Amino acid sequence: MIEFHDLVKSYGDHTVLGPVSGRIERGGVTSLIGPNGAGKSTLLTLLGRLTDPTSGTVTLDGVDVHKAPSAEVARKLAILRQENHFTARVTVRELVAFGRFPHSRGRLTSEDLGHVDRALDFLDLTALSGRYLDQLSGGQRQRAYVAMVLAQDTDYVLLDEPLNNLDIKHGVRMMERLRAAADDLGKTVVLIVHDINIAAGYSDRVMALRDGKVEAHGTPEELMEPETLSGIFDTPVRVHVVDGRPLAVHHR
Amino acid sequence: MRRLALPAAVLVTLALVAASLMTGGYDIDVNTLLHDPEARRMFLVSRVPRTLALVLAAAAMAVSGVIMQMLVQNRFVEPTTTGTSEWAALGVLLLTLLAPGAPILVKMACAAVFAFAGTLLFLTLLNRIALRSQVIVPIVGIMLGAVVGAVTLYIASATDLMQTLSAWRSGGFSSVVRGHYEPLWVVGVIVVVLYVAADRFTIAGLGRSVATSLGLHYKRVLFLGLAMVALATGVTSIVVGFLPFLGLVVPNLVSAVRGDDVRSNLPWTVLAAIVLLIVCDLVGRTVVAPLEIPASVVLGAVGAVLFLTMTLRRRALKGAVHA
Repeated sequence: MIEFHDLVKSYGDHTVLGPVSGRIERGGVTSLIGPNGAGKSTLLTLLGRLTDPTSGTVTLDGVDVHKAPSAEVARKLAILRQENHFTARVTVRELVAFGRFPHSRGRLTSEDLGHVDRALDFLDLTALSGRYLDQLSGGQRQRAYVAMVLAQDTDYVLLDEPLNNLDIKHGVRMMERLRAAADDLGKTVVLIVHDINIAAGYSDRVMALRDGKVEAHGTPEELMEPETLSGIFDTPVRVHVVDGRPLAVHHR
Repeated sequence: MRRLALPAAVLVTLALVAASLMTGGYDIDVNTLLHDPEARRMFLVSRVPRTLALVLAAAAMAVSGVIMQMLVQNRFVEPTTTGTSEWAALGVLLLTLLAPGAPILVKMACAAVFAFAGTLLFLTLLNRIALRSQVIVPIVGIMLGAVVGAVTLYIASATDLMQTLSAWRSGGFSSVVRGHYEPLWVVGVIVVVLYVAADRFTIAGLGRSVATSLGLHYKRVLFLGLAMVALATGVTSIVVGFLPFLGLVVPNLVSAVRGDDVRSNLPWTVLAAIVLLIVCDLVGRTVVAPLEIPASVVLGAVGAVLFLTMTLRRRALKGAVHA
């Protein structure tokens, strides 16, 4: 379980997040939604200890992630940011193998190689594994990053917009795989998704942020209410039921 | 084929090392070495140190280039494009003024400390610059280096040390004799440390976020890398002066062929740097013999052409895939 308590992040006088408190239960898929600038990425990077909070704490199964040794946290939690620009020229396989670093510290065992192969296969990258990242399309690269994070084989996986650069087919596949990672492998997946319908369709819980505060947190059914969504996004949103699932419509 | 590539490269390098040992003002060959004690003495006092200095300085600059390019995540950084070398020069000049008779180890430490502080300043400046394109970074470094260089120049001219400064900055291997080059052996230690910590540097090259997510203590790696670069640059600039382009051309060349796995690249990086520097030194020594052009000058000319070619070819290769 990830718990955050009175978490605040400010830059000078400008507070971008908080104070917020809450928890993400173990298991399942949790999506963070909200308008631009709501603080989703800030919250995620704080949970993943990539940035230090101005105040407040984040604990992962009771351990403070900002105080615990980074190498120890890396065996329980993996995080992928939205923007990844690599100048280093590495192949897909090398990149995914780096996901094993927290476990192998550089010396890959046959078990590590197994994880690498499975992660490559899981994201349909086996055929591309010898390619350099700069020879890939944006979508292929995105999948390679996610494969690296999955190869890390952590209980908690935090992803900032993993659907970036993915077309409809690969977007849906990505969500199905993350769903499978939660259902079959027992992982706790937390992700930022722009499309509310994707978030509602594939998540067990949705956390909505607005103006640096957690506005709502619950099951997709609880959040997919016209008033709730309209308030969060500051735009009239209608909710229809299609094939037994709530579907938000915010445009004509 | 592939298995033989590295041994072949080692052989080529050894042949060049031998050529370097056999080139020079005195007539020394295998025969005189065996029978003439005076020739043997010359060989050990002058030839061997010079060639060893070439080998070690080449490794120092190439390894510094690799580390900096990984840590800064920029293809165009190396000690001479980040001000690191200029800071080392300033440090040595100040020490020459304040403590003229300081032993070489003190000079070396002083150059390394200045190089470290200067590179740290460069990184701090970079953090404050919002626009961090591949080209902006070395421009900032070169500008910073120019400012520091100007200060050094001013101090030197005000204290009548111009001649010392320019003699020493031009990358001369001609003055390297026994008793003068030995500090360069520290480069060997740096290469070993880099080999051991190679994965950490490759991962640091993936950026701070990815490195942290993988459990790397990013700051520790950054400081370790900076210390290695500062030491390598400090020692090299004391013994042989500035060697431009080496840290730029060699790592980029190796990366273009083999990607960026620091550990498996390391032998290639070191060998390629040695080959390039020895060739430049041989050219400089033979074209105007018995005079000589400093290796750094030849290196500047060759390096610039190589680097331009590489940049243009790589862009053509990448084509539309990469913006």
